[in-house]
Amino acid sequence: MVKPLVYLDNAATTQKPQYVIDKTNNYYEKMNANIHRGVHALSQEATEAFESSRIIIKNFINALGKNEIIFTRGTTESINLVASSYGRKNIKEGDEIIISTMEHHSNIVPWQMLCAEKNAKLRVIPVNDEGEIIFEEFEKLINEKTKFVSIVYASNSLGTVNPVKKIIDLAHSYNIPVMLDAAQAVNHLKIDVQQLDCDFLAFSGHKLYGPTGIGILYGKVNHLEAMPPYQGGGDMISKVTFEETTYNELPHKFEAGTPDIAGAIGLGAAIEYIEKIGLENIAYHENLLLEYATKAVSDLQGLRIIGTAKEKIGVLSFHFENVHPHDVGTFLDFEGVAIRTGHHCTQPLMRRFNVPATSRASFGMYNTIEEVDVLVNGLKKILEVFG
Amino acid sequence: MDQELRELYQQVILDHNKSPRNFRLIDHPTNHAEGYNPLCGDNINVFLSVNDAGIIEDISFQGSGCAISKASASLMTSMLKGKTVAEAEKIFNKFHELVTDKLGDNPDIDELGKLAVFGGVREFPARVKCASLAWHTMINALHNKNEKVVTE
Repeated sequence: MVKPLVYLDNAATTQKPQYVIDKTNNYYEKMNANIHRGVHALSQEATEAFESSRIIIKNFINALGKNEIIFTRGTTESINLVASSYGRKNIKEGDEIIISTMEHHSNIVPWQMLCAEKNAKLRVIPVNDEGEIIFEEFEKLINEKTKFVSIVYASNSLGTVNPVKKIIDLAHSYNIPVMLDAAQAVNHLKIDVQQLDCDFLAFSGHKLYGPTGIGILYGKVNHLEAMPPYQGGGDMISKVTFEETTYNELPHKFEAGTPDIAGAIGLGAAIEYIEKIGLENIAYHENLLLEYATKAVSDLQGLRIIGTAKEKIGVLSFHFENVHPHDVGTFLDFEGVAIRTGHHCTQPLMRRFNVPATSRASFGMYNTIEEVDVLVNGLKKILEVFG
Repeated sequence: MDQELRELYQQVILDHNKSPRNFRLIDHPTNHAEGYNPLCGDNINVFLSVNDAGIIEDISFQGSGCAISKASASLMTSMLKGKTVAEAEKIFNKFHELVTDKLGDNPDIDELGKLAVFGGVREFPARVKCASLAWHTMINALHNKNEKVVTE
């Protein structure tokens, strides 16, 4: 018998609302043309749809202007863009870049590559046993050699919401720019980049109920203006001769080549959908699920929750004393429950908690209490077999 | 338990997971290799003492992994102790064919003995690497390759 799907892998990617799928399809069915080029009506229509998505996103995070919104392939590319363009220009030998122990590999490796190239140093803020950044350690790490801070807003493995405003304020008191990896935060917390005063912020469409392959880099306009292009090609130029090229204005300077037009339109649609429901309502619902699930699994024998921060998004990571996460994943799959098992692209964090991997249930706006019950019953069955 | 799941997690596998055999270090191994599966974080070290006649006098493993990988390593070490290197390679090939479903529906697996319990793995493509990690690591150790085995 096929069991109904209980999808609890929302931190990996979310399911897409019909509205988003329809809007994406509509582009291909009714207005497929390249943007920023044609004088014909179809191209103008596509350009308008694409650019109005940019405005939706600008308003969603309250950026100052739409020229601060760069379309990328996702959070990973957004971080690589900043490491490559801002980093190569500004980071020198002996400089230091600060990240935290709970970073996703995508917010570790680009900085490591930059440090290797420039002979700079990567410094790492430790986390406590609850999975929270130890702020005092950050205060100790920051110094006159620090030239950049890049921090995850909400952890994909632990669920921890970091005190980013405090981090930004301290860094700014040393004139150090801060980048936020908001991939997991953006579908749960209301983000206001002007209020946060972050210098850069990255997120992906597909964790926000939008399509894969599309993401956003927000950057303060003064940084983006001063930064060299990331990739060369069409759309990012205003004049090309074989001797010299003049780059296009923002945001196009960072958008070489034909972008994922349907993806950008889909992302705009996803934000419209979310705003209709209300981010506060989504957060309230996910918090209820997290609280209920946390309580329910706490009684299970040998289960340890990894990540018990005071402020969390809807992520429940855990580890059984005697059952490997991979076995948990296979058993739950037979109950129709989809969770993530593994290191969640945060291997240094797994080492910090002395586990090879964890099982992670992550909640989305469509999950229910009944689905959490299915998860917990599945876990009880596992204990019967392995206990 | 579901039938297919029961095929994967047979009692022998659960037993070896709970009390793995030869789960220890060998002080001065003649051969050693480390294996790693980045997908799930499984990590294993295989140690061997092979004598001049090419007989595996002792074999052991250490590491962390799921029930399938741990039981596979445990059963492998039990099976290969006392075998020659050539025999070990032959059994490796047969085992590999079993879990990757190259033997068909009615495989001739007499020589695999207890290892036949891993037949259920072929229904779970995502778990084949779990069952075969210890074996690939063992082969690398025998060939004295020092590089890490990585499966994903």
